[in-house]
Amino acid sequence: MSCTRKNSFSLLAAALAVCTACSTVGSTGDSAAVGDDTVVLVTHDSFSVRDEVLDEFEEESGLTVETRAPGDAGTMVNQLVLTKDSPLGDVVYGIDNAFASRALEAGVLAAHSRPEATELVAGLAVDGSDRLTPVDYGDVCLNVDRDWFAARDLAEPRTLEDLTDPAYAGLTAVTDPATSSPGLAFLIATVDAFGAEWPDYWARLRANDLAVADSWEDAYYVDFTAGGGEGSRPIVLSYASSPPYTVPKGEDEPTTRALLDTCFRQVEYTGVLEGAANPEGAQQLVDFLLSQRFQADIPRQMYVYPAVAGTPLPPLWERYAPLAAEPYSVSPAVIDANREEWIEQWTATVVD
Amino acid sequence: MDRNGRRLTAVGLGLAALLPLAFLGVFFAWPVATIVGRGFVTGGALDLTAIDDVLGSARTWQAIGSTVAQSLVGTVLAVVLGVPGAYVLYRLRFPGRTAARALVTVPFVLPTVVVGVAFRSLLVEGGPLGFLGADGTFGAVVAALVFFNYAVVVRTVGSMWSHLDPRPEQAARALGASPWRAFREVTLPALTPAITSAASLVFLFCATAFGVVLVLGGPGYGTVETEIWVQTTQFLDLRAAAVLSVVQLVVVSASLAVSGWSRRRREAALRLQADGTVDHLVRRSDLPLVALTAVVAGGLLVTPLATLLVRSLRTPAGWGLDNYANLATTGSENTLEVSVWQATLNSLRIAVDATWIALLVGVLICVVLSRRPRHPGGRRAMGVLDGVFMLPLGVSAVTVGFGFLITLNRPPVDLRSSVILVPIAQAVVAIPLVIRTLLPVLRAIDQRLRQAAAVLGASPGRVFMSVDLPVLGRSLGLAVGFCFAVSLGEFGATSFLSRPDRPTLPVVVFRLIGRPGADNLGMALAASVVLALLTAGVIGVAERLRVQSAGADL
Repeated sequence: MSCTRKNSFSLLAAALAVCTACSTVGSTGDSAAVGDDTVVLVTHDSFSVRDEVLDEFEEESGLTVETRAPGDAGTMVNQLVLTKDSPLGDVVYGIDNAFASRALEAGVLAAHSRPEATELVAGLAVDGSDRLTPVDYGDVCLNVDRDWFAARDLAEPRTLEDLTDPAYAGLTAVTDPATSSPGLAFLIATVDAFGAEWPDYWARLRANDLAVADSWEDAYYVDFTAGGGEGSRPIVLSYASSPPYTVPKGEDEPTTRALLDTCFRQVEYTGVLEGAANPEGAQQLVDFLLSQRFQADIPRQMYVYPAVAGTPLPPLWERYAPLAAEPYSVSPAVIDANREEWIEQWTATVVD
Repeated sequence: MDRNGRRLTAVGLGLAALLPLAFLGVFFAWPVATIVGRGFVTGGALDLTAIDDVLGSARTWQAIGSTVAQSLVGTVLAVVLGVPGAYVLYRLRFPGRTAARALVTVPFVLPTVVVGVAFRSLLVEGGPLGFLGADGTFGAVVAALVFFNYAVVVRTVGSMWSHLDPRPEQAARALGASPWRAFREVTLPALTPAITSAASLVFLFCATAFGVVLVLGGPGYGTVETEIWVQTTQFLDLRAAAVLSVVQLVVVSASLAVSGWSRRRREAALRLQADGTVDHLVRRSDLPLVALTAVVAGGLLVTPLATLLVRSLRTPAGWGLDNYANLATTGSENTLEVSVWQATLNSLRIAVDATWIALLVGVLICVVLSRRPRHPGGRRAMGVLDGVFMLPLGVSAVTVGFGFLITLNRPPVDLRSSVILVPIAQAVVAIPLVIRTLLPVLRAIDQRLRQAAAVLGASPGRVFMSVDLPVLGRSLGLAVGFCFAVSLGEFGATSFLSRPDRPTLPVVVFRLIGRPGADNLGMALAASVVLALLTAGVIGVAERLRVQSAGADL
């Protein structure tokens, strides 16, 4: 028995030693305390900034930036609404036009000032724009596998209407608007395109053997013919900025193309949170997010366009990832008032 | 035991119960009650109209139907396939057994989004198994659920089986019983507590499965869990989410009540043997079970895993290890904030913390629950407590995660940005597994052993050290393995709570696969393979821990 106990004890001791050796709490000396010189940025899980760029800001301002990314844009806005009395941070980045009204109406945003020299790309601002400033934008569009169509001598589709053509039966994959943000964006595009007739359009899409996946990655990597998997559908819902990622090694033409007549314009906003612990730091961070330094870095980091007019774009960006000339768009207030109803109606039309 | 000693024991047990109750109260009951409560209050007054709205909708009943059906079928299949697997992997001796045991556990931790993509790549029209037409069907969802949960049955039941005295069964055979009859009448009753333990765990996992249901079920296939997720994270309809959370609690509690009832009828003291004394080489009569296990392991487990492995080796330039070389980077165009290796290190550190928290709390709970009070009232209270400690597995990670945000947000407990929150949230999920692993073994200890020790003058602490601890030690490795597995694989709550500068492995996998580009997909798959190997390695080490500590033969 004594032998067993010794074993158990040494086991326990060893386990404890391991615990203290690499425990997160024990070793990092991390303090969760947020001081005067810290500013907390709440954002979505696609946010990205280069270390050098952020370091520069921290050095100049003397502030330390901490980021929190609790989920996709919808999850983030809903968490901000829920925690209004005790905000998650000081600044928010990435509230999009599908959720902007909800955030504004719930009162989670405080007014901020915009650097005077900042000139924004036209058509991006929202009502209540002293609380939300556009910071980036991009287009959600259908993408096609060019090789697939070339191999079959079939013309690529061009418009939303083309997709209901029997020649394109069984070729399209989109995503569920209830679970995926591009899915919701595309649903809104069809609402803008067809008005009250949009359910009829979706019924015709469904009749033309439409595939619906739950998420972007599922549609792009499983259903799409050019996503690296063995998919069988050459038309997929993605972004205007996706084609550059399909340039084969050693070549300079992408194998996919965005259909620029099918796009919804997604705009992302930044702002200061109501009840921020560090409002001065928050204003400084917003100024930085709108500065040339940060804006010029946006395309490479997040695959979207900078919202500040005149920001230089990466070479070949315009050739590889052009934007739609006349994207579909619906005002945030209308989206917010109808989102749930549209999704329910969509589900009834396309799924049930 | 004199009256004083008994009182001391009672006080000790009370204290042992207090810490777990406080822990689960603060980190589970309070957040869940607060977020659900918010859904039932409008403008400061109780508002129950949501109940009518939600329960009056056909969609809700469809979701409840899918939830119950997928959980029942998933559980039955996992048990029917898992019990023979437990026999083969824990009762038979063959080369490579440790590796095989580790292999079956790997699916349990794989990120659901990757498994979803791997499964769907096989099933999609044009895929290798496309002819089955199973894409987006109930069958695909159930197959994936069995894939994830097979290990729970094999390990929980196998651990008990490997300690079971073979002599009663041998005696039955000697007296002329057929192998099947000897199994049914001697071995099966002894294993029933472990089987119901495993079944209740699997049922809870199936009822709260999320990612894999979304990917494989296709649109329109909603469960209570996916509805809660949509209502909470996308619609912010807390009224509907609250009603659905209560529905989920009812379904889960009902299943726990059934399993608790059937378990209590069966639990009895058993003669347990040290591990490694009761297994035997494969005999001719074992071959059918070996074949079945090989088919299940090969078909259901290895095929998707192999798909994953093969695809991780495919690069735009052909076959190679480029995707693995990229794990030292932050992805093309800096998709990640830290390299995948750094995230792996984060995952391991968090897993260590989650494991010790879950073990500390779980062992205390087991010590309390393993006692058999004489009062019927006391026994009933034990039964209820047993069920209550299982609830963390049956409640949506979204409910818990959002609950954390609105409760742990003010001094004295402003933990929202604390790094300790992630291991705590993972420990809450792991505790039920610790309980279901250790409790059957502890309950199998003959109460008379403890009494004899006490009569011989041992203090209650000494009784625990000499009687309970050695037995506990045998299964501790298994529990450690489970805790690590849960922590390494947990995604739901972790994705809400982890900080971007300290992501875990499943979080970076999710981020990588959410970006276009063959490099990012390749890295996501390679990172998943790393996660699988890491898990297999940790489980392998934990298995050894178990053998070494099992020195005593009671």
